[in-house]
Amino acid sequence: MKCPAEIILYMHEYLDEEISAEHEKELRAHLQNCKECQNHFHELKKTIALVQSTSHIQAPDHFTASVMAKLPKERHKVGVQRWFRQHPLLTAASLFLILMMGSLISSWDQDHQLSVSKQPNLVVQNDKVIVPEGEVVKGDVVVKNGKLEIHGEIDGDVTVINGEVINGEQYMASAGKVTGEIEEVNAIFEWIWFHIKNASKEIINVFDADDKDTDKEK
Amino acid sequence: METVVKKRIKQVLKGDQDAYAEVVEIYKDKVFQICYRMLGNRHEAEDIAQEAFLRAYVNISSFNIELKFSTWLYRIATNLCIDRIRKKKPDYYLDAEVAGTDGLNMYSQIPSDTRLPEEDVESLELQEIIQREISKLPEKYRLVIVLKYIEELSLNEISETLDLPLGTVKTRIHRGREALRNQLRYV
Ligand SMILES: [Zn+2]
Repeated sequence: MKCPAEIILYMHEYLDEEISAEHEKELRAHLQNCKECQNHFHELKKTIALVQSTSHIQAPDHFTASVMAKLPKERHKVGVQRWFRQHPLLTAASLFLILMMGSLISSWDQDHQLSVSKQPNLVVQNDKVIVPEGEVVKGDVVVKNGKLEIHGEIDGDVTVINGEVINGEQYMASAGKVTGEIEEVNAIFEWIWFHIKNASKEIINVFDADDKDTDKEK
Repeated sequence: METVVKKRIKQVLKGDQDAYAEVVEIYKDKVFQICYRMLGNRHEAEDIAQEAFLRAYVNISSFNIELKFSTWLYRIATNLCIDRIRKKKPDYYLDAEVAGTDGLNMYSQIPSDTRLPEEDVESLELQEIIQREISKLPEKYRLVIVLKYIEELSLNEISETLDLPLGTVKTRIHRGREALRNQLRYV
């Protein structure tokens, strides 16, 4: 057979829609005069048409359910951990609510005694805690079931639970006197919230400590 | 569709296992089809297609979210099909190529029952004949023919899916077409 070897190659280039104008011209010219190659080309096109004609079959009905049933269960646990890591506040809240609700509510109800954080220069009078004029109290001050009068300075945060901060024009005016934040907690929900926030801060710290790699990936 | 899939994959990565069901739903027919055309029987195809989705799930964290999920999934599926075919080989040697017969295999040389007698051709469903002839192709040709003409992937997509150079993909498609032409010319 005197057919040039590249004619078959050009047929495939044509079928891949990658034939150059030049090759196509050559192929057409050859096919005009060569029955054998015409036949070959026709068979190739018929083959493709036959393969393409096969109907597309579908996966069995239960397919997705079967796959889902086979998925490893432990991934679910990983998922839960991941969720906790991404929602430390909610995690802390739910843990807190589950574990602490009972004891906390009873402590809110029963504990009406005045209590205060231990700093040597705080003065306690009846239900009142006083920061005397000219004194600087170091560290966070927490007063429960009582009032806090600030005449001097507090170098730290102030938290008053079930009480109030007394200061001529509220504590806004005395901002200079308290270096940290002032917080009053006067309702059961605030009380719970106060604990949740503290707990979640701790939990975030815990997760931050063992989760630095994940953060870097983001 | 890729955007929906990526959204679901991100959910899966966050631990939402249920989000994977939608991913399976989107691709199940295509994956099953590849497996069926490669393996030639529904039961095995289902087995391997499920295994492909399972592997994809277990290794989802290694999927590069910037790439096309289908390409990655099809690669897993085709690799599993090839593995399965190779495991069966010692019993059959059907796909072994015979020296000097480019694109032909032992099937073409086995007479009688495995070769379709011409008079039976008409009694068989055309669909069955075509599938049967596709099954006779050596697996490397079968794979590219299935991806190209049944899944309708482009040459570039096939090259990515199979992790083969484009030139190799083209050569295999050419040879696959020639082999099939020989097998289907009398249909
Ligand atoms: Zn010719």
